[in-house]
Amino acid sequence: MHVKIGAPKETFAGEARVALTPESASHIQKLGHECLIESGAGLAAGFNDDAYRDAGVTVVDNAEALWRDAEVVIKVREPSETEADLLHEGQTLISFFWPAQQEALLERCRATGASVIAMDMVPRISRAQKMDALSSMANIAGYRAVIEAGNNFGRFFTGQVTAAGKVPPAKVLVIGAGVAGLAAIGTATSLGAVVRAFDVRPEVAEQIESMGAEFLFLDFEDSADGSESGGYAKPSSPEFREKQLALFREQAPEVDIVITTALIPGQPAPKLWLEDMVAAMKPGSVIVDLAAEKGGNCDLTQPDERVVSDNGVVVVGYTDFPSRMATQASLLYATNVRHMLTDLTPEKDGAIVHDMEDDVIRGATVTHQGEVTFPPPPPKVKAIAAAKPKPKEKAPTPEEKKAAELATFKAQTKRQLTLLGAGGALMLLLGQIAPASFMQHLIVFVLACFVGFQVIWNVSHSLHTPLMAVTNAISGIIILGAVLQIGSGNWVVVVLAAISVLIATINIVGGFLVTRRMLAMFQKS
Amino acid sequence: MLGQGFVSAAAIAASVLFVLSLGGLSNQEKAKRAVWYGIVGMALAVVFTALGPGIGAYWLMLPMIIAGSVIGWRVAKRVAMTEMPQLVAALHSFVGLAAVFVAWSADLERRRVLAVRATEGVTEEFSAFAALVATKAPDELTFLQLEVVFAIFIGAVTFTGSVIAFGKLAGKVDGKPKQLPGGHLLNAVAAGLCLLLAIAYVAGAGFWTLLILAALSFFIGYHLIMGIGGADMPVVVSMLNSYSGWAAAAIGFTLSNDLLIVTGALVGSSGAILSYIMCKAMNRDFLSVILGGFGGTSGPAAEIEGEQVAIDAGGVAAALNNADSVVIVPGYGMAVAQAQNAVSELTRKLRAAGKEVRFAIHPVAGRLPGHMNVLLAEAKVPYDIVLEMDEINDDFPNTDVAIVIGSNDIVNPAAQEDPNSPIAGMPVLEVWRSRVVFVCKRGQGTGYSGIENPLFFKENTRMLYGDARDSIDTLIPLIE
Repeated sequence: MHVKIGAPKETFAGEARVALTPESASHIQKLGHECLIESGAGLAAGFNDDAYRDAGVTVVDNAEALWRDAEVVIKVREPSETEADLLHEGQTLISFFWPAQQEALLERCRATGASVIAMDMVPRISRAQKMDALSSMANIAGYRAVIEAGNNFGRFFTGQVTAAGKVPPAKVLVIGAGVAGLAAIGTATSLGAVVRAFDVRPEVAEQIESMGAEFLFLDFEDSADGSESGGYAKPSSPEFREKQLALFREQAPEVDIVITTALIPGQPAPKLWLEDMVAAMKPGSVIVDLAAEKGGNCDLTQPDERVVSDNGVVVVGYTDFPSRMATQASLLYATNVRHMLTDLTPEKDGAIVHDMEDDVIRGATVTHQGEVTFPPPPPKVKAIAAAKPKPKEKAPTPEEKKAAELATFKAQTKRQLTLLGAGGALMLLLGQIAPASFMQHLIVFVLACFVGFQVIWNVSHSLHTPLMAVTNAISGIIILGAVLQIGSGNWVVVVLAAISVLIATINIVGGFLVTRRMLAMFQKS
Repeated sequence: MLGQGFVSAAAIAASVLFVLSLGGLSNQEKAKRAVWYGIVGMALAVVFTALGPGIGAYWLMLPMIIAGSVIGWRVAKRVAMTEMPQLVAALHSFVGLAAVFVAWSADLERRRVLAVRATEGVTEEFSAFAALVATKAPDELTFLQLEVVFAIFIGAVTFTGSVIAFGKLAGKVDGKPKQLPGGHLLNAVAAGLCLLLAIAYVAGAGFWTLLILAALSFFIGYHLIMGIGGADMPVVVSMLNSYSGWAAAAIGFTLSNDLLIVTGALVGSSGAILSYIMCKAMNRDFLSVILGGFGGTSGPAAEIEGEQVAIDAGGVAAALNNADSVVIVPGYGMAVAQAQNAVSELTRKLRAAGKEVRFAIHPVAGRLPGHMNVLLAEAKVPYDIVLEMDEINDDFPNTDVAIVIGSNDIVNPAAQEDPNSPIAGMPVLEVWRSRVVFVCKRGQGTGYSGIENPLFFKENTRMLYGDARDSIDTLIPLIE
């Protein structure tokens, strides 16, 4: 049984990506499916029809035929109204959909009886990462944002000292450290820029620093904790916003490039880079606004436009960064879709099982069997284990420290005295009944234990195995007991003593030689 | 024949040398000298005691010493460094058995002395020890009996315990904790019976009491160690080490020999401290380790979300070629696969490429305290890049690649994140803080302790399945 999986040509103006690549097609065929592609669909992304044919994909002449034949249609952009009308019952559509913003389209699709899986609704849990197309696209957007900025920026990113003069490094500020922000940080750092980054979620500070940027810390009590909302940011309070803007205002004259990526799910992008900040920037600086599609983080942003402010600051508001890198974007997106198909084909036998019990599939499905299934119930597992707020450890005042030290000292004294007292009493009792010779030996024994304790604490950890071998060898001292007995007139004693001498000698010789072998191996570099 | 004065002088010299020998292990360079102190001390002690007054039967003693030396020498030459834990365990069992034999002999001699005393007979046929016994007052003889009981008990427990530990470490006995029905109650009953027998023996019952006492103690040693899981073996081995010392000390009391007492006490306290250090490293109570198994947990362990993502050697090599700093975390799996030489070769190549390579050693990695250090030393990994947990744990966030080779529990984040985990609170190496973690592992199963490891499911973790040595060997040619 073959299910036909088909990818039409994207109809949205300027969209260059494609949902099926020759590479992903070969994987999908291994699941037992058959692949279709509309002629010319991959051209803009660098895959011509022949490349698909070589991968065993059937090339279909027009969109109508593809929508008619394919049981599963895979796409990048949400369907246009015309495309939505081509859907039919029992068909499955996999694409970006933005169901929260597209209620009319959602209803239109539901009415056709088709199932729609929205790639943008894949829950953010570890298992679903391989289908997280938003992250793949954001990663590309972050990279491309830096490249666009570099394209519009008249200087080097790296600081250089050349015979022709000194070049200062470019200072880049990244606002919002999601996937796109982090990718931008990584790209900018590797080009040699000095990168600073800000995010309302203090827990991402570690990630920012790990990418090589400096985290701009905002000292504010009620910092947002993104881990409750699946790793996404939440709207912040007015007071917080004020502090944040003050921080940016301070940065504006210094930085050369600003990349804003701040988005709040289901809301217009917050305005974070205001007109006065743009005015404060040096001429020739660049702002790349990755939130342009949702209105932009910058006051001056015009979606899909590159505008230049009065003081010569370039504001790039493109909304199609992934599409500008269509080959890379298609490869990643097609892989995400392929993973989704893998999950939909649990037996790898070419049979699609739309399992509404599965957290990931359920979460991404927005219409199914004539019902709107959006919004999904909360997933059974939280996206990220809620980060426990780390209690700030207050440095103890000198008085407190002193008091604590005194207390431990007192406690230790008390414990030692108790132990000494108990030990002394025990010895006294023992002395009453034990013969004098025994007590003498006991003195030796106790002192030896003490010496042992003092000496062993200094043994370095890496030498614990040799220590054990040495102590093992010298515990062979028990041979002395056997030597003292071996001259006995009783043959049983002689035999026992002889065996003891034998095995104790093995122990001694073996133990020491092995220790020497081990120690000889330790060497300095 | 040397006089008693010579023997005592030699004993003092030997004691001092033994202390120096142990103290010298504080660093690698001094240690090489320290082991000679130990050897000289032992030689002095044996030679002077053997030449001392009242020692006979050289015709038997010398062949035994020569045979023992040859066997010991051959064993020490042959054993592979990875077999070190079982060798140490096996050698412990010898001390335990010798202690039992010597204690039995001591009682036989005591009986002979008493018999001779009763008949006012000659004392010429006495061994050095029997001659000593003959000088003892009645109350001293009663204490001698108590000492014999102690020596037999500790010696016997050490013997069977070490044999089982040897079997578990060598893979000849199943490593999982196993107990007969009745569990610790059986041990308690056996111990109680031992006490009764001891009382009967001191009250004057025959030699048979000591035989049964030994048999019961053998059982306790066997059953106690059978009940302890393989992951706790470092503690068990150091504990048995301690016991073998106490057994020697007990014999020292029996024979009124101070050198035995001093040496036994040194060994005993050394083993006790090692056990304590191991237990602290696992955040476990000493008693709960000895009583076997992991302590009861307070609830179900947290579910692990995600999946283990596999990677091939090429992927690991690519990451290594791009990395600046690499930390390798070896574990028992490296020892099992004999991968230390491959790891060393990998280290050499990475260092030659200008990368910072370091090793992170958890205190309980392997089956013996310091096990990993010895293996890495054998493979000629310089010891100054081999670091302890506390020295390196803070460096993981600045590490590009962490490679976990055959270790599991010591890198388990559940110890910090899941209060219901059986190993909650145990200090672990925080490898997951590095940028990428590669875990070299035979398969998807859980480790020795049977605890699921969330590290394997982390986003920045990639699993390199297969035998550790094969994996590293395929990796080496791919490093540029």
